Amino acid sequence: MFTAQICAVVIFLVMFILLITERIPRQTVTLGCGLATLLIVFGLCLQNADAVAQSLSFQSFLSPGFWYRIGEADTSTGINWETIVFIAGMMVMVEGMAASGFFRWLCIKLARMVRFRPAPLFFLFMILSAGLSMFIDSITVIMFLAAVTAELARLLDMNPVPFILSEIFCANLGGSATMCGDPPNIIIGTSLGYSFFDFITNTGFIALASMLIVMPYFYFFFRRELVPITGKRSDPASFPDPKEAITSRRGFAVSCVIFAAAVVLLVTHAQTGLTVSTIGLAIAVVTLLSAGRNAFTLLRKIDYSTLLFFIGLFVAVSGLEYTGVLELLAHLIERVSGGNVYLMVGIIIWGSALASAFIDNIPFAATMIPVIRTLSVAQGVDLSSLAWALSMGTDIGGSATPIGASANVVGTSIAAKNGFPVAWGRYCRAQTLPTILVLVIATVIVFARYL
Amino acid sequence: MDKQVLITVSREFGSGGHEVAAELSKRFGLPLYDESILDSIAHQHNLKLDKLSRFDESPINIFTSRRVRGFSNSPEEHVSAMQARFLQQKAEAGESFVVLGRCGEEYLRGFSGLISIFILADREFKQRRTMRIDKVSAEEALELMARNDKRRKYLHNQICQGKWGDSRTYDICVNSARLDIRGTSDLLEAYVRARIAAM
Repeated sequence: MFTAQICAVVIFLVMFILLITERIPRQTVTLGCGLATLLIVFGLCLQNADAVAQSLSFQSFLSPGFWYRIGEADTSTGINWETIVFIAGMMVMVEGMAASGFFRWLCIKLARMVRFRPAPLFFLFMILSAGLSMFIDSITVIMFLAAVTAELARLLDMNPVPFILSEIFCANLGGSATMCGDPPNIIIGTSLGYSFFDFITNTGFIALASMLIVMPYFYFFFRRELVPITGKRSDPASFPDPKEAITSRRGFAVSCVIFAAAVVLLVTHAQTGLTVSTIGLAIAVVTLLSAGRNAFTLLRKIDYSTLLFFIGLFVAVSGLEYTGVLELLAHLIERVSGGNVYLMVGIIIWGSALASAFIDNIPFAATMIPVIRTLSVAQGVDLSSLAWALSMGTDIGGSATPIGASANVVGTSIAAKNGFPVAWGRYCRAQTLPTILVLVIATVIVFARYL
Repeated sequence: MDKQVLITVSREFGSGGHEVAAELSKRFGLPLYDESILDSIAHQHNLKLDKLSRFDESPINIFTSRRVRGFSNSPEEHVSAMQARFLQQKAEAGESFVVLGRCGEEYLRGFSGLISIFILADREFKQRRTMRIDKVSAEEALELMARNDKRRKYLHNQICQGKWGDSRTYDICVNSARLDIRGTSDLLEAYVRARIAAM
């Protein structure tokens, strides 16, 4: 077993280093390391076919609980197919919405509502960013919102960076509020059996309290920059018309209905018993059927590399889990905290945040799930309080640096493409303090509410 | 000039590459694009120059940058991409010009009028010039040369197909210490004229 543990750790570390250096496409890295786990750890070292089957987890598709579930869910190990099916389904829906012009229409429509005035627009786009990110992945939200922001900022003769940075932060914060908002939450929810409702009433509450603090913070931080650069008044006739954003009226109407249905299904999935994989599959099928001949175009646009990245990642993490390495890590946290639950939760929130500020939070969350599961059993700590601590740490920690979360990279890239490159110093001056503020809020709420 | 000529000059720090590029630009009556590219970009898009110039000719730091679905957070990469777009648009519009550094030979690859030059020089020659121009000591000059060449090499090798300073990457490589700046410029002028005649 010791050799298997060493091999699993080496494979995992190689995977992490290769993911950081970005020399090789990330899906190739995780799939390669996943394959190495199957062959070397499970095949050569353990010679255990059951471990391979458990890691690949194909049998989960045949389990009725994968599609329909009432009451307590089983905790899963190996490839989390529920996460993958759900993310794939959401990708199809989002592609359909984007093709119809939904996101651009929404951004311009709301901007017009506040007559393109900078300060109301600043607050509105933060709320929009957080609201959309509760249901749609933050990369897509920022991709559209930051593009419209840059366009409007050009027309208003303003620097788009304050807008984009605050939108990024709120997208990450909004994503932390729900089970489907951020990949770590989907993994936590599906692996540990939590529902959308569980997230919204726990991490959602923390996110809402944080929003009330960070919105005024960002306004005061950036208030001097929310004015025209050259002092010129912009011509209202030059502002875009939301109607022009819609590429197909029928497609737009269908997208709105599908999105509304997806939100209702997700909010009520604990009551209806439909799992997120069923919801993901259903919205994908309906989107493709309604797209008609464009269905193949939508299918081609799916980010398959991300799905493959997840598959490889889950297999590599299962190597650590099966060989007991993550149990050792859990015992280490246990020893460091000396059995003190407050310290344990603090380590999980702040440790996850620190790690997520510099490395991808998805592999980190996937690795930490078996750790908190072990900690909960060994210490008799309520698993949900550790899960919310992990969720807030991984989701919010990523906001601290330009590379901590995918939305940060996309947002700063769009700002730079529009002539406003954002250096690390500029980014961290704006985002590090609110990140710490939100983590403090999360720590206080978790301590007060659950311990 | 009836034929399109795109002269790219890459150089070692202290070799006088900038002076040679300026001389070629003057002799052929072509605009010289050096750090002035960013000036033009900033003017074109109503941007602040200092926000762009600090990332000029700087390599991408792999530890502080990340790529997601084709988006990168690296300001250096974006500034370099802006310069690439600027040069390509000028070239596509049929303009002739001289570019100093900035991976010009890579961005203009495929244009038939491209003439790529690399200027190198002996260590002592570069050191003397650096001491005179930058008003630094001998040790400081060596340090400045090493630092700048490392940065240029790293940036070039991140973006371009050929290696920085490798003779196979360029049409012609000249040691400016042999003929000094004026003689090197004369030699390169003759070379460029010969190339234009052969086009």
